[in-house]
Amino acid sequence: MLRSRFRPVAVLLPLVLLTAGCGGGGGQTEIKVFAAASLTAAFNKLGEDYAAANSGTRVTFNFAGSQALATQIQQGAPADVFASADVTNMDKVKDLVSLPQVFASNRLQIIVAAGNPKGVKGLADLARDDLKVVLAAPEVPAGKYAEQALDKAGVTVEPVSLEDDVKSAVGKVRLGEADAAIVYVTDVAAGGDKVEGVDIPADQNVPATYPIATVKASTHQRQAQAFVDLVRSAQSQGVLQSFGFLPPPIS
Amino acid sequence: MSLEARVDLAIGRLHLDAEVAVATGELVVLLGPNGAGKTTLLRALAGLVELDRGRVVLDGAVLEDARTGAWVATERRPIGFVFQDYLLFPHLSALENVAFGLRARGLARAEARRRAAVWLERFGVAEHAGSRPRALSGGQAQRVALARAMVSDPLLLLLDEPLAALDAARRGEVRRDLRRHLASFDGTRLLVTHDPLEAMTMADRLVVLEDGRVTQTGTPAQVSARPRSRYVAELVGVNLFRGQAAGHTIHLAGGGTVVAAGSHQGGVFASVHPRAVALHRRAPEGTPRNVWAGTAGTLDIVADRVRVHVTGTVPIVAEVTPAAVAELRLADGGPVWASVKATEVSVYPA
Amino acid sequence: MTGAPRRRRAGASSAAPIPFVVLAALAVGFLALPLVGLLAQTPWRRLADELAAPQVRLALRLSLVCSLGAVGISLLVGLPLAFMLARVDFPGRNLVRALTTLPMVLPPVVGGVALLLAFGRRGVAGQWLDRAFGITLPFTTMGAILAEAFVAMPFLVITTEAGLRAMDRRFEDAAATLGAGRWTTFRRVTLPLIAPSLGAGTALCWARALGEFGATITFAGNLPGSTQTMPLAVYLALENDLEAAIALSLVLLAVSLAVLIALRDRWFPTA
Repeated sequence: MLRSRFRPVAVLLPLVLLTAGCGGGGGQTEIKVFAAASLTAAFNKLGEDYAAANSGTRVTFNFAGSQALATQIQQGAPADVFASADVTNMDKVKDLVSLPQVFASNRLQIIVAAGNPKGVKGLADLARDDLKVVLAAPEVPAGKYAEQALDKAGVTVEPVSLEDDVKSAVGKVRLGEADAAIVYVTDVAAGGDKVEGVDIPADQNVPATYPIATVKASTHQRQAQAFVDLVRSAQSQGVLQSFGFLPPPIS
Repeated sequence: MSLEARVDLAIGRLHLDAEVAVATGELVVLLGPNGAGKTTLLRALAGLVELDRGRVVLDGAVLEDARTGAWVATERRPIGFVFQDYLLFPHLSALENVAFGLRARGLARAEARRRAAVWLERFGVAEHAGSRPRALSGGQAQRVALARAMVSDPLLLLLDEPLAALDAARRGEVRRDLRRHLASFDGTRLLVTHDPLEAMTMADRLVVLEDGRVTQTGTPAQVSARPRSRYVAELVGVNLFRGQAAGHTIHLAGGGTVVAAGSHQGGVFASVHPRAVALHRRAPEGTPRNVWAGTAGTLDIVADRVRVHVTGTVPIVAEVTPAAVAELRLADGGPVWASVKATEVSVYPA
Repeated sequence: MTGAPRRRRAGASSAAPIPFVVLAALAVGFLALPLVGLLAQTPWRRLADELAAPQVRLALRLSLVCSLGAVGISLLVGLPLAFMLARVDFPGRNLVRALTTLPMVLPPVVGGVALLLAFGRRGVAGQWLDRAFGITLPFTTMGAILAEAFVAMPFLVITTEAGLRAMDRRFEDAAATLGAGRWTTFRRVTLPLIAPSLGAGTALCWARALGEFGATITFAGNLPGSTQTMPLAVYLALENDLEAAIALSLVLLAVSLAVLIALRDRWFPTA
């Protein structure tokens, strides 16, 4: 049960978490985009495109688990745009944002170390005793999707850790601490040559839908809307797909 | 039981090089000004600081020998040490403090406490057995510290300025107690003090330590009668000169001469009691063989007399009556003549 | 102005200059306001339910186990280290002391990463531990204990070393003259004399271990029952169920306050 107009002392927390520096930049407008961790690489690129097209406006990003971002927005964090990795977290803030639009989708993939030294072939292997598997926490969209996929496959996994966002799960595999994790295909693509992916067949996979919306309380509505429009443009779709995202489902 | 030690070590700016011997039954007092090295000497005997050269032998057993490398650690030396500010363990009661040494050496707790209680009784502080050190008065703490040091029957008892922490009013009574307790101790005793009264009243033998060196040893009477350093001379309250004697005349190092009744040769000390010094405003005629010109300086009141410090080629302290001070207007300073009869000059070899 | 007599301030030694009073009040407000906010927003009626949740009890128990384990390790190796730093003049002592303070200035997450690089599966020491003994530390409760010990031990060492330096060493001399060997002297004289510093250091160490988050989540991960300590539980709850987060925060706050209040005299001993 969540209250929507909470203003507890933890307003400090999101401010601390904001990676955007409130730097000098006199005269320049700045918009803050809160985006799911899985969008990190793609949105950084889109941010550059936006700055090129809209000189006079800077974009700073706050990448984190969508559940964390939703809570921060509820507590009054100064976001101008919110892009979530699932509809559930966007729903949490539906009174605080404009009408959300789905702009991309994603699929799950198993991430392992390059060379797949433990010979992971599919979700069923993740239940093996000799594997250290890391998942995103169930509150994180990636974690929730992973749970659904495992349910579909009828596999029970005992993870060694439940990470706070999907990038941390990737990190554990890259460091060699974990043998496998369930993440997005885009994460595997962005993971570099230390990792590789093992496909999850369509009948077990769970599509992730990414909605985006401007925040009603934003003081830069025009620029915020411009960013949303950019993300939804055909050119950006090309960019997103180059990072491994899929086009939004047609419905 | 006796102690023979030669201690030679350098620590900070002090170079200590002294020989100390304490015979059975003797209470030797180590006397000297602050910074002379007295505490360092005691600590060296206790093994708390190492010798550069020398050795320490207690009752025939070598505790330390710098040449052979022999070394007995402090905790294994059969000694008792009473520190200057007692150093009673603040977290233990008086009884537990006294029992500490016994327990450290392996005695069972109950037995150790029993013996400690006996000693506290002997020293008259039994009623404070359960008190913490901070609740004890200076005199009580001193007695507890003494009991603590003595309870294990050490062969050598070292006391570092045992009365220094007490105020003057108490010192007399505590000094008497201390003498009594020390007298009943049959081991070897070495006490350190800078207080001449303590030294004179308590010592069987005195060892005077100045600037790391022993300048004089002897009984209090011997030391007082024949001071061999300015420090002792000032303690005893006499004028001391040093020079070369050729017959009756002694040539002083700083110039000037002293004429004595007896005849001597070579390096000598000459001491003159201040009372034997007469002061005049004009050059005196007559019998005194020693007449020196000088300037009247500071005046000190000592009991019912006044000591006048005369500066000049032969600086000397004269002790005169207040009436003389008034008559000669000595308070105004100015030139004076000091005279001493040759018979009043005590001369002894340097 | 020149003609006005200077006013004497009565009791000047006990009164503070006005600006100080104002600034001090600001400081108190700054420190107290978050706590007041926490108490004001606590869902008092639901508190009992929130605290009864198994996840909460699990996290609390784990927090206590891990923090006490961290204190145990810190005492076991930290106390001898403090002794060496205070008493023994060994080569490289200043370097060792700097090393000891390093975890205090390092951001905890950085500490966690460093721990991974040392004790992780591919870590410098971790590889050997894995091959030789089959011991892996990440994702285990022991790993959480180590992460907490890493950040908390410096507090114990620094405080105890200061206490050892401050104590009058002649008490140890006195003990020696009374026949006490080194171990007896340490046990019966030194330890009791430094007990206030040791106590304060242990309390600081424990409090720091209890509140540790960054190094724990990075090195040991987050799994309820094995590595999800209270701070981690609060952090995650914050993103979902604010009231649960507040309830958990309140518990941590209460426990920490209880310890600090119990130690107030040791912390700032009156002369």
